[in-house]
Amino acid sequence: MSNKTKLATVWLDGCSGCHMSFLDIDERLVDLAQLADLLYSPLVDHKTFPDMVDVTLVEGAVSSEEDYEKIQKVRAHTKILVSLGDCAVTANVPGMRNPFKVAALYERAYHENAQLNQQIPVQVIPPLREMSVPVHQVVAVDVFVPGCPPSADTIFFVLTELLNGRKPDLTGRTRFGA
Amino acid sequence: MKRSQIITFKIDGQDIAAREDETILELARQNGIRIPTLCYLESVTPWGGCRLCMVEVKGTTRLFPACMTYPQEGMEVSTVTEQLTTYRKQVLDLLFAERNHVCSVCVSNGACELQGLAYELGMTHVGVPYLNPSLPLDASHPYFGLDHNRCILCTRCVRVCDEIEGAHTWDVMGRGVDARIVADLNQPWGEAISCTSCGKCVQACPTGALFEKGKSVAEMQKRHEFLPYLALMREGRDGDSEQ
Amino acid sequence: MNEQFEQITAKEQAAAAKFDNAVHVCVAASCLSSQSDKVLETFQQQLKENGHSASCQVKGVGCLGLCSRGPLVAVSHRDRPESSELYQHVTPDNAPQIVAALVAGETAADLVCATDTPFFQRQTKIVLENSGHIDPERIEEYVAAGGYQGLLTAVTEMTPNDVIDEVMRSGLRGRGGGGYPTGLKWTTVAKADAKQRKYVICNADEGDPGAFMDRSVLESDPHRVLEGMTIAGYAIGADKGYIYVRGEYPLAVARLKKAINQARRLGVLGSGVCGTTFNFQIEIRLGAGAFVCGEETALIASVEGKRGQPRPRPPYPAEYGLWGEPTLINNVETFANVPPIIRNGGDWYAGMGTAKSKGTKVFALAGAINNTGLIEVPMGIPLREIVYEIGGGVPHGRVLKAVQTGGPSGGCIPEAYLETPVDYESLQQLGSIMGSGGLIVMDETSNMVDVARYFMEFCMTESCGKCVPCRVGTVQMYHLLDKIYAGQATTKELALLEKLCKMVRETSLCGLGQTAPNPVNSTLRYFRQEYLDLLLDGERVTAVATTPEAQP
Repeated sequence: MSNKTKLATVWLDGCSGCHMSFLDIDERLVDLAQLADLLYSPLVDHKTFPDMVDVTLVEGAVSSEEDYEKIQKVRAHTKILVSLGDCAVTANVPGMRNPFKVAALYERAYHENAQLNQQIPVQVIPPLREMSVPVHQVVAVDVFVPGCPPSADTIFFVLTELLNGRKPDLTGRTRFGA
Repeated sequence: MKRSQIITFKIDGQDIAAREDETILELARQNGIRIPTLCYLESVTPWGGCRLCMVEVKGTTRLFPACMTYPQEGMEVSTVTEQLTTYRKQVLDLLFAERNHVCSVCVSNGACELQGLAYELGMTHVGVPYLNPSLPLDASHPYFGLDHNRCILCTRCVRVCDEIEGAHTWDVMGRGVDARIVADLNQPWGEAISCTSCGKCVQACPTGALFEKGKSVAEMQKRHEFLPYLALMREGRDGDSEQ
Repeated sequence: MNEQFEQITAKEQAAAAKFDNAVHVCVAASCLSSQSDKVLETFQQQLKENGHSASCQVKGVGCLGLCSRGPLVAVSHRDRPESSELYQHVTPDNAPQIVAALVAGETAADLVCATDTPFFQRQTKIVLENSGHIDPERIEEYVAAGGYQGLLTAVTEMTPNDVIDEVMRSGLRGRGGGGYPTGLKWTTVAKADAKQRKYVICNADEGDPGAFMDRSVLESDPHRVLEGMTIAGYAIGADKGYIYVRGEYPLAVARLKKAINQARRLGVLGSGVCGTTFNFQIEIRLGAGAFVCGEETALIASVEGKRGQPRPRPPYPAEYGLWGEPTLINNVETFANVPPIIRNGGDWYAGMGTAKSKGTKVFALAGAINNTGLIEVPMGIPLREIVYEIGGGVPHGRVLKAVQTGGPSGGCIPEAYLETPVDYESLQQLGSIMGSGGLIVMDETSNMVDVARYFMEFCMTESCGKCVPCRVGTVQMYHLLDKIYAGQATTKELALLEKLCKMVRETSLCGLGQTAPNPVNSTLRYFRQEYLDLLLDGERVTAVATTPEAQP
């Protein structure tokens, strides 16, 4: 194995916009690749989370039981956990369902808004938790990168800082809803 | 007015000459010192509710709201200390967690004073759990809307409507975290007969709680620069000028 | 005027002399709630039937103190004043038994409540001197008991400055909880320039859970408060006073209304007080159930007819109060202390209490204590004496855990500190406050996290919502306490709670928010282990010990 930084990205309840923004780093990805190996991500093929990675970027809020279990596993196998984007940082749009009960949500999605096969799925689709919450309400988070999505420049800055062993100072670089 | 003596005092080490009847906040602004505020609105009565403009005064451990505190001779005021920054971030924490502020889908995204302060103070996340209340949206007015999810109860709308427009359509009902801005006697805004549809409240609102209909995400720019001129004209009319 | 007072006194004494026996039935709120009005009727009816109504006087009086034994009835005999009896738990059913004993010149032994106990013997009554002795609905009895003498002396023989000097000399401090020297406050208002007029306000918006001192004073001796206010009005140059009473005290309001009418008719209130050129009017304002209206600036807003919300001080009401005019605000007990101070002199009052806290203090004993009720004790008395001697200790053989003073703004004092003398400074040093006088005793069955949670819930629902720290901070703190109490929280959440406590205390607009964290801080100070025991502790959600970024 190389001695490059081990990097992972995780996608919870989000729109994948943060991952798109990550890809928008464009040709600078090549520079990053000199410093880090991407071991696990929706963008690569590995199906299991590696034993230990140095940095994990998490996109999305913790909404379902699957998210809840996954984030704890990820936390256990990550040195520096980064909440990437507003959904991970604030629950953002996924959190907009919180004032409503889960049952009402299912009713709306699978009965009122469905024309065929009106039924609430019990298999395959992971059950929703009572509240959709930011990642740091479930596990400890080391770096917060707000933004919807954070710009490619912001993500590039965060990664460069982390890969060079510094903690990124985001003051003046990004904001909620950016 | 009795208070008209000239005094000298210090804000962040800077010597300030001031009339006694000007608040620390007004004087700071005149001298280019920025103190964060949310409920303060130039030209209407200060409210002292957001607690963001709290400043330290040498010789006392008490904090003072700059918007409602008058300087005294020799006073030494600090507007930025570690303690104050901590408290200001905590105030923002509490505000973001209180209602459902979803910047990414808000009409005022990019032009919101709450969001702006979070950015300015380097706030990266909210440290307290979200309360996720269930709140209504009042779209009964033909031109404007009120989304309680984004209201921070600064009462700028209440004061501007009462003191400048003279309509007093808005007020606050309920208490504590259940307090709500209401039109007339808690009627839908569109049915509030006292409302003149002047829109000053919308322009005064620091967030996207009051907005113009037809504006989509990040399209609502608030303008309240004109309010001091209106207030000035009113003062002249009332014969209640400076002296 | 003095002659008129003497005539009234003589008439009252003559009327009392016609009776061989006197039956005083407590008709203050607590006894009234256990049907003491029916008891009073039964006595009247029974004595009439037995043909003794001419020789035995029956009247309703104010609070007799030992509320836990109510309804209470005091029986006295003219020929043998030393052998008066106090009867406890009197009902319409067992009243005839007492009447029978009375007629036969005996005592109904099984109903007697011992009065040679510390509860009765260790008290010093100044504010409550008339409570239980006079009929609160008759001004004549108040006058006969020396009432309105202080006012008469003040307005006829003293200058306003003399009156203030006397109050200053007495060392009286605000009994609403703050403990600000009353004389100093009066001086400030007296010196302040009024645009048109000055005002006196009596704060009777007693809202602390477990507190009923002011209520009892208003129900038992309303004239004392009117007299105190009128003296204050004379001293500071005000001609108008307001009593802000909470709407939950209908009996107090009814008695005050009656008292104001009687006082006007007698000429001790209204135009030309006691025949002088001094005018003073008193109006009642009803609170609508908001705790925050006990805060003086919120109270003023409420009197003005506005939403009861506080505003930052300074300016203090002494300079800028009701309708922007200099306003004196004191609470019921403070005003109730004024007439005896003028009557007997400030030095007399200063002779009681400690170096910095003079006079007496009324406490409402509640909670896990045998003698629930109202007591008045000299300042500086050790807490232990209040709890174990006057209060009769903790019932059911349980162990005392803590004493809570100052209500939702106060704190808990653990058993180990019971020797502490009750005065403003000592209680403050222990992280509590004197408060308005609520004293809640807690035994071993109380969980202190639950206690803190209870008070936080109170503050949360009573917050007016004007300032952010109090409006939202109390909710967050309540949720955290709830989570800790439910055993679902970690040390991280306890740390967050402590950070919020500090922030809410330092940045809230008024006393409600500034003191809301006190019950948490004081229980954490003395009972931290109870919090720690409830935490999930080692069982963290995450297995890796990374340091979460410190969020302010």
